[in-house]
Amino acid sequence: MAKPPIFPIDGRGLTVRFGRVTAISDIDLSIHGTRRLAILGANGAGKSVLLRTLHGLIQPTEGTVTWCGSPLRPPDQAMVFQRPVMLRRTALANVQYALDVHGVEGNEREMRTREALKRVGLTAIANRQARVLSFGEQQRLALARAWALRPRILYLDEPTSSLDPTAATEVERVIHEIQVAGTTIVVTTHVLGFARRIADEIVFLHKGRLLERTPVDRFFSNPQTPEAERFLKGELPWDGISRRSFGD
Amino acid sequence: MEDLSASFILALRLIAGGDEELREIVALSLEVSLASTLFACIVGLPAGAFVAIRPFIGRRAVIVTLNALLGLPSVVVGLLVYLLLSRAGPLGQLGILFTPQAIVIAQTILVLPMVIALARQFVDDAWHEYREQLMSLGVSLARAIATLLWDLRYSLLTVALAAFGRAASEVGAVMIVGGNIDGVTRVMTTAIALETTKGDLPLALGLGLILILVVLALNAAVFAVREWSLRRHG
Repeated sequence: MAKPPIFPIDGRGLTVRFGRVTAISDIDLSIHGTRRLAILGANGAGKSVLLRTLHGLIQPTEGTVTWCGSPLRPPDQAMVFQRPVMLRRTALANVQYALDVHGVEGNEREMRTREALKRVGLTAIANRQARVLSFGEQQRLALARAWALRPRILYLDEPTSSLDPTAATEVERVIHEIQVAGTTIVVTTHVLGFARRIADEIVFLHKGRLLERTPVDRFFSNPQTPEAERFLKGELPWDGISRRSFGD
Repeated sequence: MEDLSASFILALRLIAGGDEELREIVALSLEVSLASTLFACIVGLPAGAFVAIRPFIGRRAVIVTLNALLGLPSVVVGLLVYLLLSRAGPLGQLGILFTPQAIVIAQTILVLPMVIALARQFVDDAWHEYREQLMSLGVSLARAIATLLWDLRYSLLTVALAAFGRAASEVGAVMIVGGNIDGVTRVMTTAIALETTKGDLPLALGLGLILILVVLALNAAVFAVREWSLRRHG
Protein backbone atom coordinates (compact mmCIF):
# COMPACT_ATOMS: atom_id res chain seq x y z
CA MET A 1 0.00 0.00 0.00
CA ALA A 2 1.35 3.45 -0.95
CA LYS A 3 2.30 5.60 1.98
CA PRO A 4 0.53 8.95 2.25
CA PRO A 5 2.78 11.91 1.40
CA ILE A 6 4.58 13.54 4.31
CA PHE A 7 6.40 16.46 2.66
CA PRO A 8 6.42 19.35 2.91
CA ILE A 9 6.55 19.45 6.68
CA ASP A 10 5.50 22.98 7.45
CA GLY A 11 6.01 24.75 10.73
CA ARG A 12 4.27 28.10 10.77
CA GLY A 13 4.60 30.72 13.50
CA LEU A 14 5.87 28.12 15.99
CA THR A 15 6.09 29.37 19.53
CA VAL A 16 6.57 27.05 22.49
CA ARG A 17 6.34 28.31 26.05
CA PHE A 18 6.89 26.39 29.27
CA GLY A 19 5.15 28.53 31.84
CA ARG A 20 6.68 31.96 31.54
CA VAL A 21 9.69 30.68 29.63
CA THR A 22 9.65 30.98 25.86
CA ALA A 23 11.70 28.18 24.33
CA ILE A 24 11.15 29.02 20.67
CA SER A 25 9.46 32.05 19.23
CA ASP A 26 7.57 32.61 15.97
CA ILE A 27 9.55 30.16 13.84
CA ASP A 28 8.62 29.40 10.24
CA LEU A 29 10.35 26.35 8.82
CA SER A 30 9.57 24.08 5.87
CA ILE A 31 11.19 20.72 5.19
CA HIS A 32 10.82 19.42 1.67
CA GLY A 33 12.68 16.13 1.90
CA THR A 34 15.88 14.75 0.38
CA ARG A 35 17.98 17.49 2.00
CA ARG A 36 19.98 17.04 5.17
CA LEU A 37 19.15 19.76 7.63
CA ALA A 38 21.21 20.64 10.70
CA ILE A 39 19.66 22.82 13.37
CA LEU A 40 22.58 24.64 14.88
CA GLY A 41 22.85 26.92 17.86
CA ALA A 42 24.36 27.35 21.27
CA ASN A 43 23.06 25.45 24.29
CA GLY A 44 19.67 26.85 25.20
CA ALA A 45 18.93 28.16 21.71
CA GLY A 46 15.79 26.00 21.37
CA LYS A 47 17.08 23.34 18.96
CA SER A 48 15.65 20.29 20.73
CA VAL A 49 12.30 21.97 21.33
CA LEU A 50 12.03 22.86 17.64
CA LEU A 51 12.95 19.29 16.65
CA ARG A 52 10.35 17.80 18.99
CA THR A 53 7.73 20.25 17.76
CA LEU A 54 8.37 19.31 14.13
CA HIS A 55 8.21 15.61 15.07
CA GLY A 56 4.89 16.19 16.83
CA LEU A 57 6.07 15.38 20.36
CA ILE A 58 5.40 18.91 21.60
CA GLN A 59 2.26 20.83 20.80
CA PRO A 60 3.22 24.40 19.95
CA THR A 61 1.72 27.07 22.19
CA GLU A 62 1.16 29.10 19.03
CA GLY A 63 1.45 28.17 15.38
CA THR A 64 0.91 24.91 13.54
CA VAL A 65 2.81 21.97 12.11
CA THR A 66 1.36 20.27 9.06
CA TRP A 67 2.53 17.22 7.15
CA CYS A 68 1.72 17.66 3.48
CA GLY A 69 -1.06 19.99 4.52
CA SER A 70 -2.51 17.65 7.13
CA PRO A 71 -2.42 18.36 10.87
CA LEU A 72 -2.39 14.61 11.59
CA ARG A 73 1.03 13.30 12.57
CA PRO A 74 2.01 10.61 10.05
CA PRO A 75 3.56 7.34 11.24
CA ASP A 76 6.51 7.10 8.87
CA GLN A 77 8.86 9.34 10.78
CA ALA A 78 11.26 8.42 13.55
CA MET A 79 13.44 10.08 16.14
CA VAL A 80 16.67 9.18 17.90
CA PHE A 81 17.28 10.93 21.18
CA GLN A 82 20.47 12.17 22.75
CA ARG A 83 20.11 9.55 25.48
CA PRO A 84 18.69 6.44 23.82
CA VAL A 85 15.80 4.81 25.66
CA MET A 86 15.95 1.02 25.51
CA LEU A 87 13.25 -1.34 26.67
CA ARG A 88 14.26 -4.06 29.14
CA ARG A 89 14.64 -6.75 26.53
CA THR A 90 17.23 -7.84 24.00
CA ALA A 91 18.62 -5.64 21.24
CA LEU A 92 16.71 -7.78 18.74
CA ALA A 93 13.45 -7.47 20.67
CA ASN A 94 13.81 -3.69 20.86
CA VAL A 95 13.82 -3.45 17.08
CA GLN A 96 11.01 -6.00 16.79
CA TYR A 97 8.92 -3.99 19.24
CA ALA A 98 9.11 -0.86 17.07
CA LEU A 99 8.11 -2.86 14.00
CA ASP A 100 5.24 -4.49 15.92
CA VAL A 101 3.91 -1.07 16.84
CA HIS A 102 3.98 -0.13 13.16
CA GLY A 103 2.09 -3.27 12.21
CA VAL A 104 5.03 -5.08 10.57
CA GLU A 105 4.79 -8.76 11.46
CA GLY A 106 6.04 -12.24 10.59
CA ASN A 107 8.89 -12.79 8.14
CA GLU A 108 8.92 -9.16 7.08
CA ARG A 109 9.55 -8.13 10.69
CA GLU A 110 12.34 -10.67 11.14
CA MET A 111 13.97 -9.69 7.86
CA ARG A 112 13.88 -5.96 8.62
CA THR A 113 15.16 -6.51 12.16
CA ARG A 114 18.14 -8.58 11.05
CA GLU A 115 18.91 -6.16 8.23
CA ALA A 116 18.82 -3.08 10.47
CA LEU A 117 21.04 -4.72 13.10
CA LYS A 118 23.47 -5.78 10.41
CA ARG A 119 23.67 -2.28 8.97
CA VAL A 120 24.63 -0.80 12.33
CA GLY A 121 27.05 -3.64 13.06
CA LEU A 122 25.17 -5.16 16.01
CA THR A 123 24.35 -8.61 14.62
CA ALA A 124 26.81 -10.30 16.96
CA ILE A 125 25.13 -8.89 20.06
CA ALA A 126 21.53 -9.06 18.86
CA ASN A 127 20.55 -11.35 21.74
CA ARG A 128 22.17 -9.33 24.47
CA GLN A 129 20.06 -7.22 26.80
CA ALA A 130 19.84 -3.72 25.32
CA ARG A 131 20.33 -1.85 28.58
CA VAL A 132 23.66 -3.45 29.34
CA LEU A 133 25.17 -2.39 26.00
CA SER A 134 27.66 0.47 25.91
CA PHE A 135 26.33 3.96 25.28
CA GLY A 136 27.66 3.95 21.72
CA GLU A 137 26.09 0.55 21.03
CA GLN A 138 22.78 1.74 22.45
CA GLN A 139 22.88 4.76 20.17
CA ARG A 140 23.53 2.51 17.16
CA LEU A 141 20.70 0.26 18.30
CA ALA A 142 18.43 3.31 18.50
CA LEU A 143 19.42 4.08 14.90
CA ALA A 144 18.71 0.48 13.89
CA ARG A 145 15.30 0.67 15.54
CA ALA A 146 14.54 3.86 13.65
CA TRP A 147 16.00 2.55 10.40
CA ALA A 148 13.97 -0.65 10.51
CA LEU A 149 10.83 1.47 10.34
CA ARG A 150 12.04 2.87 7.00
CA PRO A 151 10.91 6.37 7.90
CA ARG A 152 10.63 9.12 5.34
CA ILE A 153 12.23 11.52 7.81
CA LEU A 154 14.55 10.85 10.74
CA TYR A 155 15.00 13.40 13.52
CA LEU A 156 18.23 13.16 15.47
CA ASP A 157 18.71 15.08 18.68
CA GLU A 158 22.42 15.61 19.39
CA PRO A 159 23.14 12.00 18.38
CA THR A 160 26.90 12.12 18.92
CA SER A 161 27.34 14.64 21.68
CA SER A 162 27.63 12.09 24.50
CA LEU A 163 29.85 9.66 22.59
CA ASP A 164 33.59 9.16 22.44
CA PRO A 165 35.21 9.95 19.05
CA THR A 166 35.23 6.33 17.84
CA ALA A 167 31.58 5.74 18.70
CA ALA A 168 30.67 9.15 17.25
CA THR A 169 32.38 8.30 13.95
CA GLU A 170 30.50 5.02 13.78
CA VAL A 171 27.16 6.71 14.49
CA GLU A 172 27.95 9.35 11.86
CA ARG A 173 28.62 6.59 9.32
CA VAL A 174 25.25 4.99 10.07
CA ILE A 175 23.44 8.33 9.76
CA HIS A 176 25.11 8.87 6.40
CA GLU A 177 23.99 5.41 5.21
CA ILE A 178 20.42 6.06 6.31
CA GLN A 179 20.42 9.31 4.37
CA VAL A 180 21.88 7.64 1.29
CA ALA A 181 19.11 5.04 1.50
CA GLY A 182 16.60 7.87 0.97
CA THR A 183 15.61 9.11 4.40
CA THR A 184 15.56 12.85 5.05
CA ILE A 185 17.73 13.75 8.02
CA VAL A 186 17.08 16.59 10.44
CA VAL A 187 19.68 16.80 13.17
CA THR A 188 20.33 19.16 16.06
CA THR A 189 23.88 19.79 17.10
CA HIS A 190 26.23 22.39 18.45
CA VAL A 191 29.26 20.57 17.05
CA LEU A 192 30.41 22.53 14.01
CA GLY A 193 32.45 19.78 12.37
CA PHE A 194 29.57 17.30 12.63
CA ALA A 195 27.11 19.83 11.18
CA ARG A 196 29.47 20.57 8.31
CA ARG A 197 29.91 16.90 7.43
CA ILE A 198 26.34 15.75 7.89
CA ALA A 199 24.22 18.61 6.52
CA ASP A 200 23.35 20.29 3.24
CA GLU A 201 21.61 23.18 4.95
CA ILE A 202 21.99 24.93 8.29
CA VAL A 203 19.16 26.35 10.32
CA PHE A 204 20.69 28.66 12.91
CA LEU A 205 18.80 29.40 16.11
CA HIS A 206 19.61 32.01 18.70
CA LYS A 207 17.56 32.64 21.85
CA GLY A 208 14.65 30.65 20.45
CA ARG A 209 14.52 32.57 17.17
CA LEU A 210 15.45 31.32 13.72
CA LEU A 211 18.05 33.77 12.46
CA GLU A 212 19.13 32.14 9.23
CA ARG A 213 18.71 29.15 6.95
CA THR A 214 21.48 28.79 4.44
CA PRO A 215 23.41 26.12 2.52
CA VAL A 216 26.13 24.66 4.68
CA ASP A 217 29.11 26.04 2.75
CA ARG A 218 27.71 29.52 2.75
CA PHE A 219 26.91 29.38 6.45
CA PHE A 220 30.48 28.50 7.35
CA SER A 221 32.13 30.85 4.83
CA ASN A 222 29.77 33.78 4.98
CA PRO A 223 27.28 33.77 7.87
CA GLN A 224 24.46 36.23 7.40
CA THR A 225 23.98 37.40 10.97
CA PRO A 226 26.39 38.75 13.59
CA GLU A 227 25.12 36.09 16.04
CA ALA A 228 26.01 33.29 13.64
CA GLU A 229 29.40 34.84 13.06
CA ARG A 230 30.05 35.04 16.78
CA PHE A 231 28.81 31.46 17.23
CA LEU A 232 31.25 30.21 14.60
CA LYS A 233 34.05 32.05 16.35
CA GLY A 234 33.04 30.48 19.65
CA GLU A 235 32.20 33.86 21.11
CA LEU A 236 28.50 33.35 21.68
CA PRO A 237 27.90 32.99 25.42
CA TRP A 238 25.54 30.31 26.66
CA ASP A 239 22.21 31.89 27.42
CA GLY A 240 20.11 28.85 28.08
CA ILE A 241 17.02 28.92 30.17
CA SER A 242 17.56 26.86 33.27
CA ARG A 243 13.88 26.22 33.91
CA ARG A 244 13.30 24.72 30.48
CA SER A 245 11.99 21.16 30.35
CA PHE A 246 14.34 20.01 27.62
CA GLY A 247 18.07 20.47 27.48
CA ASP A 248 18.21 22.77 24.52
CA MET B 1 9.01 -16.68 80.90
CA GLU B 2 8.91 -20.47 81.34
CA ASP B 3 5.40 -20.49 79.91
CA LEU B 4 6.62 -18.61 76.90
CA SER B 5 9.56 -20.90 76.19
CA ALA B 6 7.41 -24.00 76.74
CA SER B 7 4.81 -22.59 74.35
CA PHE B 8 7.51 -21.82 71.85
CA ILE B 9 8.87 -25.38 71.98
CA LEU B 10 5.35 -26.77 71.61
CA ALA B 11 4.77 -24.45 68.66
CA LEU B 12 7.90 -25.75 66.95
CA ARG B 13 6.74 -29.34 67.58
CA LEU B 14 3.36 -28.53 66.02
CA ILE B 15 5.06 -27.15 62.94
CA ALA B 16 7.56 -29.99 62.69
CA GLY B 17 4.83 -32.59 63.23
CA GLY B 18 2.67 -31.10 60.49
CA ASP B 19 -0.36 -30.67 62.77
CA GLU B 20 -3.46 -31.05 60.59
CA GLU B 21 -5.40 -28.12 62.04
CA LEU B 22 -2.37 -25.92 61.61
CA ARG B 23 -1.91 -27.07 58.02
CA GLU B 24 -5.53 -26.37 57.14
CA ILE B 25 -5.41 -22.89 58.60
CA VAL B 26 -2.14 -22.06 56.83
CA ALA B 27 -3.40 -23.44 53.51
CA LEU B 28 -6.61 -21.41 53.65
CA SER B 29 -4.70 -18.26 54.62
CA LEU B 30 -2.33 -18.61 51.71
CA GLU B 31 -5.16 -19.43 49.34
CA VAL B 32 -7.33 -16.40 50.15
CA SER B 33 -4.36 -14.01 50.39
CA LEU B 34 -2.93 -15.15 47.06
CA ALA B 35 -6.36 -14.91 45.40
CA SER B 36 -6.99 -11.39 46.70
CA THR B 37 -3.46 -10.31 45.71
CA LEU B 38 -3.99 -11.73 42.23
CA PHE B 39 -7.35 -9.97 41.76
CA ALA B 40 -5.96 -6.70 43.15
CA CYS B 41 -2.98 -6.90 40.79
CA ILE B 42 -5.11 -7.72 37.73
CA VAL B 43 -7.19 -4.60 38.34
CA GLY B 44 -4.72 -2.40 40.19
CA LEU B 45 -1.58 -2.59 38.06
CA PRO B 46 -3.20 -1.36 34.81
CA ALA B 47 -5.25 1.17 36.79
CA GLY B 48 -2.12 2.53 38.48
CA ALA B 49 -0.33 2.72 35.13
CA PHE B 50 -3.31 4.51 33.59
CA VAL B 51 -3.35 7.12 36.36
CA ALA B 52 0.42 7.57 35.93
CA ILE B 53 0.52 8.19 32.21
CA ARG B 54 -2.86 9.52 31.17
CA PRO B 55 -3.57 13.15 32.04
CA PHE B 56 -7.23 13.70 32.88
CA ILE B 57 -9.32 16.20 34.80
CA GLY B 58 -9.25 15.39 38.50
CA ARG B 59 -6.09 13.29 38.28
CA ARG B 60 -4.51 14.99 41.28
CA ALA B 61 -7.64 14.43 43.33
CA VAL B 62 -7.58 10.74 42.35
CA ILE B 63 -3.93 10.44 43.42
CA VAL B 64 -4.58 12.13 46.77
CA THR B 65 -7.61 9.88 47.33
CA LEU B 66 -5.63 6.76 46.45
CA ASN B 67 -2.89 7.73 48.86
CA ALA B 68 -5.48 8.40 51.54
CA LEU B 69 -7.05 5.00 50.94
CA LEU B 70 -3.73 3.37 51.84
CA GLY B 71 -4.78 3.94 55.44
CA LEU B 72 -8.23 2.46 54.89
CA PRO B 73 -9.43 1.03 58.26
CA SER B 74 -9.89 -2.68 57.74
CA VAL B 75 -12.87 -2.99 60.08
CA VAL B 76 -14.71 -0.38 58.03
CA VAL B 77 -14.02 -2.39 54.87
CA GLY B 78 -15.19 -5.49 56.71
CA LEU B 79 -18.37 -3.74 57.76
CA LEU B 80 -19.08 -2.50 54.21
CA VAL B 81 -18.51 -5.92 52.67
CA TYR B 82 -20.64 -7.47 55.44
CA LEU B 83 -23.50 -5.07 54.62
CA LEU B 84 -23.12 -5.82 50.90
CA LEU B 85 -23.12 -9.59 51.35
CA SER B 86 -25.57 -9.96 54.24
CA ARG B 87 -28.93 -11.46 53.40
CA ALA B 88 -30.63 -8.05 53.23
CA GLY B 89 -27.74 -6.48 51.31
CA PRO B 90 -27.57 -5.85 47.54
CA LEU B 91 -25.39 -8.92 47.00
CA GLY B 92 -27.11 -11.04 49.62
CA GLN B 93 -28.52 -13.48 47.08
CA LEU B 94 -24.98 -14.67 46.33
CA GLY B 95 -24.96 -16.32 49.74
CA ILE B 96 -21.23 -16.01 50.23
CA LEU B 97 -21.07 -14.25 53.59
CA PHE B 98 -18.92 -16.26 56.04
CA THR B 99 -17.18 -18.07 53.21
CA PRO B 100 -13.60 -17.80 51.91
CA GLN B 101 -14.98 -15.87 48.91
CA ALA B 102 -16.17 -13.12 51.25
CA ILE B 103 -12.69 -12.95 52.76
CA VAL B 104 -11.17 -12.66 49.29
CA ILE B 105 -13.52 -9.77 48.43
CA ALA B 106 -12.71 -7.91 51.64
CA GLN B 107 -8.97 -8.43 51.27
CA THR B 108 -9.05 -7.41 47.61
CA ILE B 109 -10.81 -4.14 48.49
CA LEU B 110 -8.27 -3.55 51.24
CA VAL B 111 -5.16 -4.07 49.13
CA LEU B 112 -6.41 -2.61 45.86
CA PRO B 113 -5.63 1.04 46.76
CA MET B 114 -2.14 -0.03 47.80
CA VAL B 115 -1.54 -1.81 44.49
CA ILE B 116 -2.84 1.14 42.45
CA ALA B 117 -0.89 3.74 44.44
CA LEU B 118 2.43 1.85 44.36
CA ALA B 119 2.06 0.85 40.71
CA ARG B 120 1.31 4.45 39.83
CA GLN B 121 4.50 5.56 41.55
CA PHE B 122 6.68 2.97 39.78
CA VAL B 123 5.12 3.63 36.37
CA ASP B 124 5.22 7.40 36.84
CA ASP B 125 9.00 7.26 37.41
CA ALA B 126 9.51 5.06 34.35
CA TRP B 127 7.16 7.14 32.22
CA HIS B 128 9.47 10.15 32.54
CA GLU B 129 12.13 8.05 30.84
CA TYR B 130 9.98 6.22 28.28
CA ARG B 131 7.41 8.86 27.34
CA GLU B 132 9.10 10.52 24.38
CA GLN B 133 10.40 7.28 22.89
CA LEU B 134 6.99 5.61 23.03
CA MET B 135 5.24 8.73 21.73
CA SER B 136 7.76 8.95 18.90
CA LEU B 137 6.97 5.36 17.91
CA GLY B 138 3.27 6.19 17.95
CA VAL B 139 2.44 3.69 20.70
CA SER B 140 -1.22 3.62 21.79
CA LEU B 141 -2.22 4.19 25.42
CA ALA B 142 -3.11 0.54 25.97
CA ARG B 143 0.18 -0.59 24.47
CA ALA B 144 2.14 1.94 26.51
CA ILE B 145 0.54 0.59 29.69
CA ALA B 146 1.30 -3.01 28.69
CA THR B 147 4.88 -2.10 27.74
CA LEU B 148 5.58 -0.30 31.00
CA LEU B 149 4.03 -3.03 33.15
CA TRP B 150 6.09 -5.66 31.34
CA ASP B 151 9.30 -3.68 31.58
CA LEU B 152 8.72 -3.01 35.27
CA ARG B 153 7.59 -6.55 36.05
CA TYR B 154 10.36 -7.28 38.54
CA SER B 155 9.85 -3.99 40.38
CA LEU B 156 6.11 -4.62 40.45
CA LEU B 157 6.71 -7.93 42.20
CA THR B 158 7.46 -5.79 45.24
CA VAL B 159 4.00 -4.27 44.92
CA ALA B 160 2.43 -7.72 44.77
CA LEU B 161 4.46 -8.78 47.80
CA ALA B 162 3.38 -5.73 49.79
CA ALA B 163 -0.24 -6.48 48.84
CA PHE B 164 0.14 -10.12 49.88
CA GLY B 165 1.70 -9.09 53.19
CA ARG B 166 -1.19 -6.74 53.92
CA ALA B 167 -3.78 -9.34 52.92
CA ALA B 168 -2.17 -12.15 54.90
CA SER B 169 -1.82 -10.07 58.06
CA GLU B 170 -5.37 -8.76 57.96
CA VAL B 171 -7.60 -9.54 60.97
CA GLY B 172 -10.50 -7.10 61.39
CA ALA B 173 -12.26 -7.35 58.04
CA VAL B 174 -11.57 -11.08 57.78
CA MET B 175 -13.10 -11.67 61.18
CA ILE B 176 -16.26 -9.71 60.27
CA VAL B 177 -16.94 -11.21 56.82
CA GLY B 178 -15.44 -14.65 57.47
CA GLY B 179 -16.73 -15.25 60.94
CA ASN B 180 -13.64 -17.30 61.93
CA ILE B 181 -15.53 -20.58 61.44
CA ASP B 182 -13.40 -23.61 62.28
CA GLY B 183 -12.45 -25.52 59.15
CA VAL B 184 -14.24 -23.05 56.86
CA THR B 185 -13.02 -19.49 57.25
CA ARG B 186 -10.41 -19.70 59.98
CA VAL B 187 -7.18 -18.16 58.73
CA MET B 188 -3.87 -17.59 60.49
CA THR B 189 -4.61 -14.12 61.85
CA THR B 190 -8.10 -14.87 63.16
CA ALA B 191 -6.87 -18.18 64.59
CA ILE B 192 -4.01 -16.41 66.38
CA ALA B 193 -6.48 -13.92 67.88
CA LEU B 194 -8.83 -16.69 68.96
CA GLU B 195 -6.21 -19.09 70.34
CA THR B 196 -4.59 -16.27 72.29
CA THR B 197 -7.88 -15.42 73.99
CA LYS B 198 -8.42 -19.14 74.70
CA GLY B 199 -4.92 -19.38 76.17
CA ASP B 200 -3.71 -21.92 73.58
CA LEU B 201 -0.41 -20.17 73.08
CA PRO B 202 1.50 -22.97 71.26
CA LEU B 203 -0.92 -22.96 68.29
CA ALA B 204 -1.04 -19.16 68.22
CA LEU B 205 2.75 -18.96 68.36
CA GLY B 206 3.14 -21.66 65.72
CA LEU B 207 0.83 -19.78 63.35
CA GLY B 208 2.63 -16.53 64.10
CA LEU B 209 5.99 -18.13 63.28
CA ILE B 210 4.68 -19.51 60.01
CA LEU B 211 3.21 -16.13 59.07
CA ILE B 212 6.57 -14.47 59.67
CA LEU B 213 8.41 -17.20 57.77
CA VAL B 214 6.10 -16.89 54.77
CA VAL B 215 6.59 -13.12 54.60
CA LEU B 216 10.38 -13.51 55.04
CA ALA B 217 10.60 -16.16 52.34
CA LEU B 218 8.61 -14.05 49.88
CA ASN B 219 10.73 -11.00 50.64
CA ALA B 220 13.91 -12.97 50.07
CA ALA B 221 12.58 -14.38 46.79
CA VAL B 222 11.56 -10.99 45.45
CA PHE B 223 14.87 -9.46 46.54
CA ALA B 224 16.74 -12.20 44.69
CA VAL B 225 14.62 -11.79 41.56
CA ARG B 226 15.16 -8.02 41.52
CA GLU B 227 18.91 -8.40 41.98
CA TRP B 228 19.00 -10.92 39.14
CA SER B 229 16.87 -8.65 36.95
CA LEU B 230 19.13 -5.67 37.59
CA ARG B 231 22.20 -7.67 36.58
CA ARG B 232 20.50 -9.12 33.52
CA HIS B 233 18.51 -6.18 32.18
CA GLY B 234 20.41 -3.19 33.54
